[in-house]
This record gives sequence, structure tokens and C-alpha cells, in this order.
Amino acid sequence: MNHRIKSIIPQLLTLLFVVAVIGFFTINAQLNMDERGIDFGYGFLSQESSFDVQFSLIEYDGSHSYAKAYLVGLLNTILVSVLGIIFCTIIGVIVGIARLSPNYLIRNTAAWYVEFFRNVPLLLQIFFWYYAALRALPLPENTEALFGVTYLTVKGYYIPRLIWENFDILVYSILAAVISIIFIRNYARKLQEEKGQQLPVLLISVGLLFIFPAITFVTGMVQLEVALPVLKQLSKTSFIYAEGLSVPPELLALVLALSLYTATFVAECVRAGVQGVSKGQKEAAASIGLTPNQILKLVIMPQALRIIIPPTTNQYLNLTKNSSLAAAIAYPDLVLIFAGTALMQTGRAIEIVSITMLTYLTLSLAISLLMNWYNKKIAIKEK
Amino acid sequence: MLRTLKTLMYLLTSIALLVSFETGAFAAKKSKTLKKTQKMGFVRCGVSQGLPGFSNADASGNWTGVDVDLCRAVAAATLGDSGKVKFFPLSAKERFTALTSGEIDVLSRNTTWTLSRDADIGLTFVGVNFYDGQGFMVRKSSGITSVNQFKAGVSACTNLGTTTELNMRDFFNSKGIKYEPVTFEKADEVVAAYDAGRCDTYTTDKSGLAAQRIKLSKPNDHIVLPETISKEPLGPVVRQGDAVWEDIVRWSLNVMIEAEEYGVTSANADSMKSSENPAVKRLVGAEGELGAAFGLDNDWSLRIIKQVGNYGESYKRNIADTGILPDRGPNQLWTKGGILYVPPAR
Repeated sequence: MNHRIKSIIPQLLTLLFVVAVIGFFTINAQLNMDERGIDFGYGFLSQESSFDVQFSLIEYDGSHSYAKAYLVGLLNTILVSVLGIIFCTIIGVIVGIARLSPNYLIRNTAAWYVEFFRNVPLLLQIFFWYYAALRALPLPENTEALFGVTYLTVKGYYIPRLIWENFDILVYSILAAVISIIFIRNYARKLQEEKGQQLPVLLISVGLLFIFPAITFVTGMVQLEVALPVLKQLSKTSFIYAEGLSVPPELLALVLALSLYTATFVAECVRAGVQGVSKGQKEAAASIGLTPNQILKLVIMPQALRIIIPPTTNQYLNLTKNSSLAAAIAYPDLVLIFAGTALMQTGRAIEIVSITMLTYLTLSLAISLLMNWYNKKIAIKEK
Repeated sequence: MLRTLKTLMYLLTSIALLVSFETGAFAAKKSKTLKKTQKMGFVRCGVSQGLPGFSNADASGNWTGVDVDLCRAVAAATLGDSGKVKFFPLSAKERFTALTSGEIDVLSRNTTWTLSRDADIGLTFVGVNFYDGQGFMVRKSSGITSVNQFKAGVSACTNLGTTTELNMRDFFNSKGIKYEPVTFEKADEVVAAYDAGRCDTYTTDKSGLAAQRIKLSKPNDHIVLPETISKEPLGPVVRQGDAVWEDIVRWSLNVMIEAEEYGVTSANADSMKSSENPAVKRLVGAEGELGAAFGLDNDWSLRIIKQVGNYGESYKRNIADTGILPDRGPNQLWTKGGILYVPPAR
């Protein structure tokens, strides 16, 4: 009895304290807003936004609502985060492994890269890529084609636009391929466990992923048209590429800066993970006759991943939050569109900032959940 | 009976007089902002992050411009010294929050007066110190001489969180032109992006275009198109809820304009005390009790004119002589063909 009360009282006090603090701030904000004649409410979200956005993944213009503008910003933030995470992982893994290379040149180049990029402030790097590197690109009319059909110019990276017919059938065919691959993998595992035979699973998987969609093309069910970028004159000296798709330079600069910066941290995680697996594991694996590839795939990586994943999750979260620096270079992300323009046009600072904070919190939690799920999946399963 | 009535009348009148003498002190007590300002010893003034002619700091941190002069006028009126101003450079995005949260007390930052800003977000606009309109700047070499020559796909650089963003949409929509808006938070970033060829046109208030043009690498390679696509009355803003402070800022501006109207300048203000014209005498504090209503002494307006100058002097010093907009256009007195017209200071 005494024990229970003793343990409950501090918890109650803590709860009271938290409620009091939140209450104080709410009442304080309320009083100040009343005094200044500012009303509070989320009704503005359904009003017409009346501003346009440079770059949007969904159909949007100023006649849509503020809620839609929020969605545009959110999607742009997610786009830059996903691209950043993909590239920083690729670069990070390569550099991390390169740091362990026996080759002096490779090892030291990787070390220099890591030391340089992680010690220069991120905002500075974003400015560098946007103002120094990309601004040095030529104007559209002076641009040589890259890979024959794309154009990298100061106004953006122009690429061909793909116009699909019956795109859904293609998606289904890929889905079918994935399902059959799962079946084949299960079959291959059974075969290995029962008879010790090995199937070239990777080769078959790639083949299936290629063949299934190819069939839909050959039979004419799915058709693809490519709209190439065409130089268009706007005035005597001003040109753009029309018809194709334009990737704004702001997005390029942001993805470049974010992935190069975060990759240094990922590289360190990878290096730590691989070095964390004791040398004896590799030697033991070799002694039972596994090939170097098998050693890496079956012995080293599963153990290294356990060390790599948790700190890398942090880096993914950092990258997502750092993407809010986009506002500095006019990339229309959540902060620029919603906490910037929308806030200015409506004056609803508390409402908009609260929504924006909640959004980043949700994004971060979602990434954490996903990574924790993956972490659990690869964790040691005690038998 | 008549006698008692007369006595009563006399009594009432004297009470009324007493009360009216009290209003000055009462007002000072009532205006929290004025009291705080006098206690701090400086006016907290929000300005731009650098717009020549309006608010711009030189290498040693001295602020100049017509928006800056307004704050100096308020300081001269309330504190007796136009130098007692602390300037807060703010981006377009930060400006209103800084004011409503009490970080600054006057926002004098080329801000457009609109209904929603005035009514919605706890702000009060007190007047107009520059009548402006939105325009476009393009490269001379583009051959464009009118906004009607813009074609679909044109990219336009501008500032984030401004009326410019909204006007631009209205304009291009009415012409049926698809455009690419590129919006930056800082004016310097917009200029840099336009200069590098990221955008085909740079759009903002025409005064801003004229001022920013100087910052381009080759100012003479660019022109401002003749069309004006919007009304942009720029003026000082205060927080809602302090009517006395609002009046002080409003009349600091009005006095500068009226001083020009009556030919009172920083040089001749003192001698104007002996003017024949009662309006002039009121302006320099030689007649009437105009300052009392604000809780200020009677020389408040004289100090503004002496220390800061009248509107014409301020315009000439900051905007005309610097070559930004030598022609005053609509910002000329109503008596000289402009639209500057302020209520009489009496």
C-alpha cells in the first residue's frame, strides 16, 4: 500500500507538471492573440490559396485550396527525402567499403571525401551546389545534349517525357513477375535444403523482371511514346526546352547536397558495421569452403547490418529534417510553400507552424517505424 | 435660478477643461508602447534587409532611406532624438510575426497595405509613404519591350511571402500564359538568380526593381517594362490595440508630408515659428497643443522637421539623388499633380 502510493505520487506530480506547462503556454498564447485581435482556427485550409508553385507532383494552381498547397509541399519534401535517402545510401555504402579497401589510393580518397563533406556546414554546401556549381551551367540554347536526349542547363535538367498507354497493365506485369520470383526463391531454398542443388536465383529473377513487361510491349497491350525536349524560343535571347520534362535546378542542388553530406555519415556507419564483425567469422566461413561472395552475403553482411541499421536510421531522419533547408534555394518544399508563402498570405502563424511541426514529426516517426521493422527482421533470432 | 445655472455651467466647463488637460498624461499612461519606448530609450523599427532608397545600411551600419526616415521621425517625436532608433532587418516572411509578437513596435519596410493584412492578422496600417505598383524587369537583349510579349514557359523570379506572388498569378492567368514562379526568401537571392539567367524576368514593386537594378552585374543591360500590373501602396504598420501609438506613427508621417506642402524644411523650421500662416505655426508648435493628445510635448512636430526633414527632402535625399527614381510620379504633392494628400494637422 505504502509502496504503491510512493511510486504513484512522483508520476502524478510529473503528469500535473506537464499539463500545467502545456496549459500555461496555451492560455498565454490565447490571451496574447485576444489582446491583438488575432483569431484562431483551421478554417483557412479550405480557402483558395491564390498563389502558384514552381514545381508540383500533383495537379495544382492558385485556384486550389491551402490544404492542397500543403499536400504539394509535403509531396515535394517526401520526393527530395526519398531521392536523398536512395543516393546517400548508394554513395555511403560504396565509400564505406572503399574506406576498408587494401588499395592506398581508394582508401585515402574515401577518407578525404568523408572528412571534407561532413565537416562543412550543410547550408553552405547547398549554397555551393546551387549558386556556384549549377549557376555555371550554360543557357538552354548553348547546351550540348547529354546522353543524346537530355539537356543540363542553368534553367533546369530537361529530360524526355514518357507518355504511357495502359500503364496499369505494365504495373500488373511487374507485380506478376515479383510474385513468381518469390515462388521461385522459395522453391530454390527447398531444393537446396532437400537435395543440396543450387538454382541461379538472381539470374532468373532479373530475367523474369525483364521478360514479363517485355511481353506486354510486344503484344501491344502497353504502348510508350517519348516526348523529347525541343528547344523553344521565348524571346530574342531567351530559350527553354518544351515538350519534355524539366527537373528544376533547385531540386538537383538539394538532392546533391543532401546525399553527398549524409553519405559521409552513412559511410562511417557501414565501415563501423563491417569492422564490427570479428575476423574469426570470415576465417571460419572460408574454412568450410564458402566462396568470398558467399562469405560476404551469408556471413559478414547479416552481422554487419545489425550494427549498421540503427545509426543509419538516425541519418535518414536527419536528412529528412535537413531537407527543410530547401527554402534557402527556392525549392518549393513544405517549409517554403506552407510555412513560407501560405503563412505569409494568411498570417496564421500558430496554426501553420503547428501543422508543419506535426508533419515532420509524423514523417520522422514513419521512417523510424519502417527502419525498426527492418532492424527487427535482421536481428538475431534466438532459437 | 439663472445664477445657479450659470455657476453650474462654469463648473462644468472648468471640469471639462481640467479633463482635457489631463488627456495628455492620460494618453501617455494608456499607450503601453509609448511608455515602453520611452523607458528603453529607443524606437524598435523593422526594416528591409537592404533596399536602396527605402532602408539600406552602409558599410558602417548607418541606415538610410524613406522607410528609415519614418522611424527616425517617430524617434524624434517621442524621444527627442532621431538617432534613437534600433533597426531590425527582416525578410518579407518574418516581418508581420516580428511585429505581432512584440519584437518591434513599428514596421517600416516597403509593405503593401491590403485588406486582409489590415483586418486579419492583428496589424494596423497607418498611412502610405510610397505609392508603388508591380512591374517587370527583363534583359534588354531579349527584345521584350512590353508585358504582352511574354510567352508560355517564361520563368519569373520574385520574393517569397509578398503580394507580388499573388499579383503575378493574377496577371499571367488573365493573359493565359503558363509561367514558372521561382520564389526566394531574400531579395539578394532573387537578384542573384535573375542575374545568372535562372529567370527570364524579375518582378516586384517598380521602386524595388529600380533599386535592385543597381545591384546587378551590368545594370544597363536590363530594362523595367513600362506596364504596372497592380496597386502597391507601401506604408508603415503597427500592432493592433494601441490606438495612441498608432496615431503617433500616423501623424509623424503626415507631418512630414504637410511640412512639404507648406514649404517648411529642416533649414527654415525654426524661423517658421513667426510665420503669418496659422497652419504653419501649428506645424512647428508655435500655436495649438497638438502634441498633448499623444502625451507628447508641443515641439514633437518641429523636431521631426528639423531632424529628419519634410517628405520632399527625404525623397530627394534617398530616392531622387541616388538615381533610383528621380521622377516622383504619383508620390508628388496633390498640389503638384501627385496623389500625396494628408488630413490637416490641427
